[in-house]
Amino acid sequence: MAASVDHLVYFLLAVAVFFSVGIFLTIFYFAVRYRRRSESELPVASHGDMSLEILWSVIPFGLTMIMFVWGASVFFTISRPPDDAQQIYVIGKQWMWKLQHMEGQREINELHIPVGQAVKLTMTSEDVIHDFFVPAFRTKADVLPGRYTTTWFKPTRPGKYHLFCSQYCGTNHYAMIGWVYVMEPQDYQAWLSGGATGSLASSGEKLFQTFACANCHHLSGAPGRGPDLRNLYGTQVELADGAHVKFDEDYIRESILNPSAKVVKGYQPIMPTFQGLVTEENVLQLIEYIKSLTPQEARPPAGATAATSSRKSAKQ
Amino acid sequence: MITEAVQERENYLNASHGIKSWLLTKDHKRIALLYLHTITFFFFLGGIFATLIRLQLLTPKGGLVSADTYSKLFTLHGVIMIFFFLIPSIPATLGNFFLPMMIGARDLAFPRINLLSWYLLVIGGCFAMYAMLAGGVDTGWTFYVPYSSNYSNTYVIATGLGIFIAGFSSILTGLNFIVTVHRMRAPGMTWFRLPLFVWSNYATALIQVLGTPVIAITLVLLICERTLHIGIFDPARGGDPVLFQHLFWFYSHPAVYIMVLPGLGVISELVSVFSKKPVFGYKVVAFSSVAIAVLGFLVWGHHMFVSGQSVYAALVFSFLSYFVAIPSAIKVFNWTATLHGGSISYATPMLYAFGFIGLFTVGGLTGLFVACLGVDVHVHDTYFVIAHFHYIMVGGTIMAYLGGLHYWWPKMSGRMYPEGWAKLSALIIYLGFNLTFFPQFILGYLGMPRRYWTYPDEFQVLHVMSTAGASVLAVGYLMPLIYFMWSLRYGPIAGPNPWGATGLEWRTASPPPAHNFEETPVVTTDAYDYAALAAMEEAKVG
Repeated sequence: MAASVDHLVYFLLAVAVFFSVGIFLTIFYFAVRYRRRSESELPVASHGDMSLEILWSVIPFGLTMIMFVWGASVFFTISRPPDDAQQIYVIGKQWMWKLQHMEGQREINELHIPVGQAVKLTMTSEDVIHDFFVPAFRTKADVLPGRYTTTWFKPTRPGKYHLFCSQYCGTNHYAMIGWVYVMEPQDYQAWLSGGATGSLASSGEKLFQTFACANCHHLSGAPGRGPDLRNLYGTQVELADGAHVKFDEDYIRESILNPSAKVVKGYQPIMPTFQGLVTEENVLQLIEYIKSLTPQEARPPAGATAATSSRKSAKQ
Repeated sequence: MITEAVQERENYLNASHGIKSWLLTKDHKRIALLYLHTITFFFFLGGIFATLIRLQLLTPKGGLVSADTYSKLFTLHGVIMIFFFLIPSIPATLGNFFLPMMIGARDLAFPRINLLSWYLLVIGGCFAMYAMLAGGVDTGWTFYVPYSSNYSNTYVIATGLGIFIAGFSSILTGLNFIVTVHRMRAPGMTWFRLPLFVWSNYATALIQVLGTPVIAITLVLLICERTLHIGIFDPARGGDPVLFQHLFWFYSHPAVYIMVLPGLGVISELVSVFSKKPVFGYKVVAFSSVAIAVLGFLVWGHHMFVSGQSVYAALVFSFLSYFVAIPSAIKVFNWTATLHGGSISYATPMLYAFGFIGLFTVGGLTGLFVACLGVDVHVHDTYFVIAHFHYIMVGGTIMAYLGGLHYWWPKMSGRMYPEGWAKLSALIIYLGFNLTFFPQFILGYLGMPRRYWTYPDEFQVLHVMSTAGASVLAVGYLMPLIYFMWSLRYGPIAGPNPWGATGLEWRTASPPPAHNFEETPVVTTDAYDYAALAAMEEAKVG
């Protein structure tokens, strides 16, 4: 990805240098060639030339359209994580980054990832807007309270890279920084095997029991006061008002924190809110557990849109 | 002897005396001078903040100010420079003074409203100053929620009210200009005989009237959110923080053109006068101002490519942003073509015009980078963006403002400034500016984020260059302040038309009489008709 952004930048830079040097030299030449030699001289007036105007409108416009299309195609790649990307959750708060691996490892201001593996970050904020920025990967995305945003990258060289918050978030904005450690796969496996307390989904399962969610959401097929949550992730569910909503991370999150906002058809808005009872981490654990109730093969492909075809091989 | 004779002649400066004759004046020229003093004060205030920021950033660990103070410094630098200097700058001073004179009018259409506009700016400025003295504000000039609504403990409301009030000043100035251009043109002054400075101020006025109410509404909503917790932006109450960004940039992107369009108009005047040629492609240049004003309303989403707006919205905003680049490019090409075959003088205003064209070109071309989706994701919210908009705002607007101020100073004061010192300061400003801001393009591309109190060591060399440049720039800006004041007493007498310019403002005495013209001028030629001017001079002599 970094290389494809850089190639685009080289093109823009070439255009910018060509025009700025061209204009500079032309003005310099005119300023010397046509310098005022006497106060009384009166140059011949020239009022304009429509064919010139069209020429110097159309050529720059054509160049900018190349920039637009090229930039848009790179942007599509940046915006669409590949299906095989490894999922990592990010929570921003004043003033630290909390990162959670699926296997249960938690990190603060550090992210360990294997080289050559696409990584998808699903991110939210506990307070103000932050922004997850890794200059070496040329990626950046705002991290908002109340919703999930995503970004992804595929590192190609092991090493240690800056992680910055690039959306001003208060006094210690400058300190909301960290490091991304890109490791050889075997080193990553060794790192992964140390110190985890159970996967995200298993922590979510414990919460599911603690909060007695299964009292209403029967996971057995028996009718309950809430929908059976199996095999729903990634599908479209019909709401009480006839509208449809995608059963994704954002919808699960909203249904935990504001359950009556979008009630599934055939159910009553009786679920209490869990706002204040669960942290953003807990919500992510519950989401992972609920996602695990839908087997991989039962999920509709994530990138089943036109964007798939424009995806290029991702490089760092 | 001659000096005394000039001073005895009645003009707008000596037509009446006393502080009351200034504070209650309805003369657009005196109001322009009130504005000139006010925005000069705000410019140097904002400049002091900038100096402190650059000194803090000299070393990676800083140590000059605390993190809290630093956040307040960059916030106040932005607020003061944008809302209290750049937005009023050219329209309220040079526009106020010369727009009526250039169309042969005795005053603006609504002289009392014009005075009210100045008072509103001062009252708004007082609110901002109160916020500053009471403890400052630390949200950044962009006031992004939910930080500004729910988290910041600083004087957000006072600052917001200050900007809200100053906004009405801007709206009323715009309204005054629109009505004046429509209704008060001298006999024979058709739309296509208007000087391009008038066209660009007219286009600016359209944005001021149509855009400014939106920032006013946005600030009212922010204040309501902060005090009453109405939940329009707060996600915990079902609001949307991205909605704030849409509303904010719906004004604040067009506001970029409020700041730069009048500057483009100044440059059109300077390029013509100091090459003694009509502006090449007059109508194209005039319409490009209007095109920029209209298209400027359609591109706000390019500030939000990484904010979480949809991919398709981002595509549309990127596409439209490239459209706005074309009229700006057209202007640069036409100015260059104007020089061809001209009689080019190197007087100070022209040096500023040359500087402007160079810096505006770099600012515009780097705009293509940030409009490009794939690139903006990387450089957004880094020093690259800071460098880009300073090339437009400082390299563009302030260069044009200073160029215009030197050009019209003889008309405003009746005296010439010292040419040697002025050329030297123009050169210092140009070099200092580039040394300050060019390294920031590289810093941004290397990944240095904005609004950082301290930074990793590897960025230091470029920061040192930038701070060194800022010191040079500060000297360059102080010099005109000194020699302009000096020239009020000791400058050579200018005479009515020291540059051989064609505009109507040069057909009356310097400084002009209170009612601008001894008799209403009648316009018989196009703007920038230097042959007609020469014929007229000859007829007078003969």
